[in-house]
Amino acid sequence: MIEYRKDYFSDARTDGLTEVGVTRQRSDVLGHVTGKTQYYADRHFAGLLHLKMVRSPHHHARIKSIDVSRALKVPGVVRVLTAKDVPQNIYTILCLIQVEPNDEPVLAFDKVRFKGEQIVAVLAESEQAALAGVAKVKVVYEELPAVFDVEEALKPGAPLVNEYHGRNWFTYEGHHCRRVRFGNVDEGFAAADHVIEEMYQSSPIEHAPTETTGCIVVPDQNERYTCYSNTQALYFTLDNSALILNSPFHKLRLVGGTVGGGFGGKVDVITEPIAFLAAMLTRRPVKYEYSRAEEMQVSSPRAAERIYIKDGVAKDGRILARQVRLYVDAGAYSRHSPYGTTKAAAHMPGPYTIPNVWVDCHCVYTNRTPSSAMRGFGVTIGDFALEVQMDKLARLIGMDPMEFRILNAYRDGDMKAHQKEVDGAALVECVQAASDLANWPIAGRYRAMSSQKREG
Amino acid sequence: MTKVPVQFTLNGREQNEFVDSGSTLLAALRDKLGLYGTKAGCHQGTCGACTVIIDGSPQLSCLTLAERCAGKSVTTLEGLTGNGALHPLQQAFMEGFAAQCGFCTPGMILAAKSLLDRNPSPSRDDVIDAISGNICRCTGYDPIINAILTAAEQLRGARKSA
Repeated sequence: MIEYRKDYFSDARTDGLTEVGVTRQRSDVLGHVTGKTQYYADRHFAGLLHLKMVRSPHHHARIKSIDVSRALKVPGVVRVLTAKDVPQNIYTILCLIQVEPNDEPVLAFDKVRFKGEQIVAVLAESEQAALAGVAKVKVVYEELPAVFDVEEALKPGAPLVNEYHGRNWFTYEGHHCRRVRFGNVDEGFAAADHVIEEMYQSSPIEHAPTETTGCIVVPDQNERYTCYSNTQALYFTLDNSALILNSPFHKLRLVGGTVGGGFGGKVDVITEPIAFLAAMLTRRPVKYEYSRAEEMQVSSPRAAERIYIKDGVAKDGRILARQVRLYVDAGAYSRHSPYGTTKAAAHMPGPYTIPNVWVDCHCVYTNRTPSSAMRGFGVTIGDFALEVQMDKLARLIGMDPMEFRILNAYRDGDMKAHQKEVDGAALVECVQAASDLANWPIAGRYRAMSSQKREG
Repeated sequence: MTKVPVQFTLNGREQNEFVDSGSTLLAALRDKLGLYGTKAGCHQGTCGACTVIIDGSPQLSCLTLAERCAGKSVTTLEGLTGNGALHPLQQAFMEGFAAQCGFCTPGMILAAKSLLDRNPSPSRDDVIDAISGNICRCTGYDPIINAILTAAEQLRGARKSA
């Protein structure tokens, strides 16, 4: 049961908000329970073509040759698309928010950088014919050494994953990682009674939406095209499709908003540009839908992360220094990971006031499936690491873990490691309320503390 | 491709179709009959989104050949009540926040309907067992289980007062 407490900060409230705590039905739920909600695939188009993809069986390989001639002879196959058909084949999803360089081909042509990367699109009258066509495309590869570990990838001599970067990391304003510097951690460690360093890591996590990623593009009259998509990011999709296709925006129309499970897994722009192109070149409706296996193998997961946290703590419970080295496994291409890595850096050192902070967050390229958005990406794994670390620190100095968090929590007016003054802090009250709900008593001294001012 | 005539009952009405031999009931419902309430989540019998009721039992329409439905009675979400009114399961799913993205909802409701037809007084474990073949990635299942138990209670009450 959820309890809403409006007594906290009641003197600071000027908004008069009344909706929190009120149960409202979803606006779309009647459609859901009657089966009338229209998902992108719940439409019939005469003459629909099915698009299936030839994918790399290798993690890292040079493409020596591509032969589509036998695929074109399969009954029902209408045409194939290769990199040569794509007007602007190299892109990156966040180019319009200054993430650069473009580093990912729509269709691979010289190299494949992860297992499952798309190379040739086969268009056919039926799914079966498209799959038969895929099986007949002959790609000759020269396998290359692959790298699957972020720290291995950063070592001198590691295989170069992505030539568009020229190195296995994303460059942030001339720096090899996203950095936070505040105070002097060496002095903090020297002054501490205890110093510990721990390592935390996570695996990639697939969103596994019940509806797989896909879209249908339909040619309208006047050289315009409508794309019915389950993307979570209609405008990223419009922007990137227009750039990839060298097309004015007004020729491309996106219809979406109904997503059968997303969780960040449908924020990349992968199926739509190819389906648009296929519809333009065939002048027929085209459907490109991931199979369940494709959803698991090639759709971007949450990035794997590895995080080293070194802390110096005083016997009285104050954290004096925190040093973090964090590695985000972007996989073979940037997608949303340079942004996620910046979020990771912005989130450190957690919601605690620490006078000496040193953070290096690395966005690293490997030959794994490109990672991207997923609920709180860049933050969730870091929070796991930080809070396990907080428990370890509390145990180390023999302090109650709740009281330890309250003592170190941000207070309004404190200076964060990012040189921003804290405003609107609420962690002290959250931990106090959590200790009540968990029937976990805390000492009166901590009960009396407040986020709104630091006790004397 | 060989066409096969199939005569079956669909949502209470007799249906005669020529289907491609080897094609699935899911394809027939969606692509031939335009009944898009039945969802395709995996095409391999693992997610339960395509669940329909065939002769009283919940079945995966993605693994059921259309031609094998000859002489049988098939119910999809569109035919749940037959009169346009909401079924107590639909009402309970709406009120109990048991649908978020909605993609698993049709299969989930039909799996639950089949359970309640067989067992009007299911335990919580019975409900969990009945929807164990239906994957939901949004709700965490608890609201769905609660909604099914609520609907069961309402149906029992309605039966008693009838």
